[in-house]
Amino acid sequence: MSSATPGREAPAWRTATLVGDRCETPDVRTLLLDVPGWPGHLPGQHVDLRLTADDGYQATRSYSIAAPAAGERVELTVQRLPDGEVSPYLVDDYPTGALIEMLGPVGGWFVWRGGDEPLLLVAGGAGVVPVMAMARAWRDTGSRAPLRLLYSLRSPDQLFYADELADLAERGAGVLLAYTRETPPGHDRPAARLAADDLAAHGFPPGDAPHCYVCGPTPFVEAVGAALTGLGHDGDRVRAERFGPTGG
Amino acid sequence: MASLTPGFRGRGAARDDSGRLPPGQHLVEGFPVLSAGPTPRVPEGSWRFTLETPDGTARRWTWREFMDLPQERPTVDIHCVTRWSKYDTTWVGVSVDTLLDGIDTSAKFALARCHGGYTTNVPLADVTGGKAWIVHTYDGEPLPAAHGGPARLLIPHLYFWKSAKWVRGLRLLDRDEPGFWESAGYHDYGDPWREQRYSWA
Repeated sequence: MSSATPGREAPAWRTATLVGDRCETPDVRTLLLDVPGWPGHLPGQHVDLRLTADDGYQATRSYSIAAPAAGERVELTVQRLPDGEVSPYLVDDYPTGALIEMLGPVGGWFVWRGGDEPLLLVAGGAGVVPVMAMARAWRDTGSRAPLRLLYSLRSPDQLFYADELADLAERGAGVLLAYTRETPPGHDRPAARLAADDLAAHGFPPGDAPHCYVCGPTPFVEAVGAALTGLGHDGDRVRAERFGPTGG
Repeated sequence: MASLTPGFRGRGAARDDSGRLPPGQHLVEGFPVLSAGPTPRVPEGSWRFTLETPDGTARRWTWREFMDLPQERPTVDIHCVTRWSKYDTTWVGVSVDTLLDGIDTSAKFALARCHGGYTTNVPLADVTGGKAWIVHTYDGEPLPAAHGGPARLLIPHLYFWKSAKWVRGLRLLDRDEPGFWESAGYHDYGDPWREQRYSWA
């Protein structure tokens, strides 16, 4: 890596090549991109992708980086939005070997810089992508920070990163899968929205002063942010990233 | 040589030839929310707006006093650095010119200060001359807390992070002082027409 302080580089446009992919769910594809000259990034940062049509029309959208820095490899997880202009192409049509323009890394706030202080990650739906970059960094660096991850999702078929989440739990992280509509057989938490009770039972007490990262759709982030401060967590330690209906 | 996003066509509806869409933006119908932390809840009864000048003079308004000031109804296009734009948003609020009326200051910059600790900086010339408002009503309704209610700054000609939510005051400064996002890799000025999105850290 060329950067002594990853993530503090000026974002710059580079041309990336799709070198591999994974299907997370039928609506969600992880893109493995090779980005020559990539300076590295911090978990939680995002990139802008610029797509160009044959007639020169361009569209640009932001996507969260799903994995910590690894050389010139950047991993993005993209969810197809039904009315999206860009995400259906990225999930269904963007072929391996093809190029795409990428600006990044972007964002200096919703990032985890390591350290031993307790780390609370709370994700709703596709909001799991940037917090998974943090959890993977926790795993890859052998972090001693106590980690608890609460992941709200509608139903088992919406689950991203199932094997890695199970692995995180085996490594001592607390992992709660909070299904809101439908649970898998034998799951002991009934289907319900992630609520203050879940945060109290599966998060950290405010006295532990965790760093809290909350990412998901706006109503989810609003509810979790209010619940955390209601439980006594310091609002200054709660960092939020909202996924609007505009990522398409 | 591999090609760039082969087969991408884009959608006609998202194309815009009106000249109103800055480069790298796309139009949205909804009103996305973007903020850095939990939403502060500020009751109107305890809301105050404070204007401070470099020599230490301060003016302060309660909610009721603020609502008694002359109200304007700007209809403006807004542009978020996360690449969405929205046309013809309608607001009600008080022009920053009204708040500064009669103040004689050498200040060249302003720092907006907000509940929740957020700050953002702008040249004073960008919030005067009919270019900025403190707004409390959006689309005919009281501004929701998630969008910055009870009151936010509105500076439509700059990226929307400059339109600070939950604003509680303006501090006039002789020297520029970076705000929250400006200290976290975003551009100091933020002109959407020049794509001043990010800066060097």
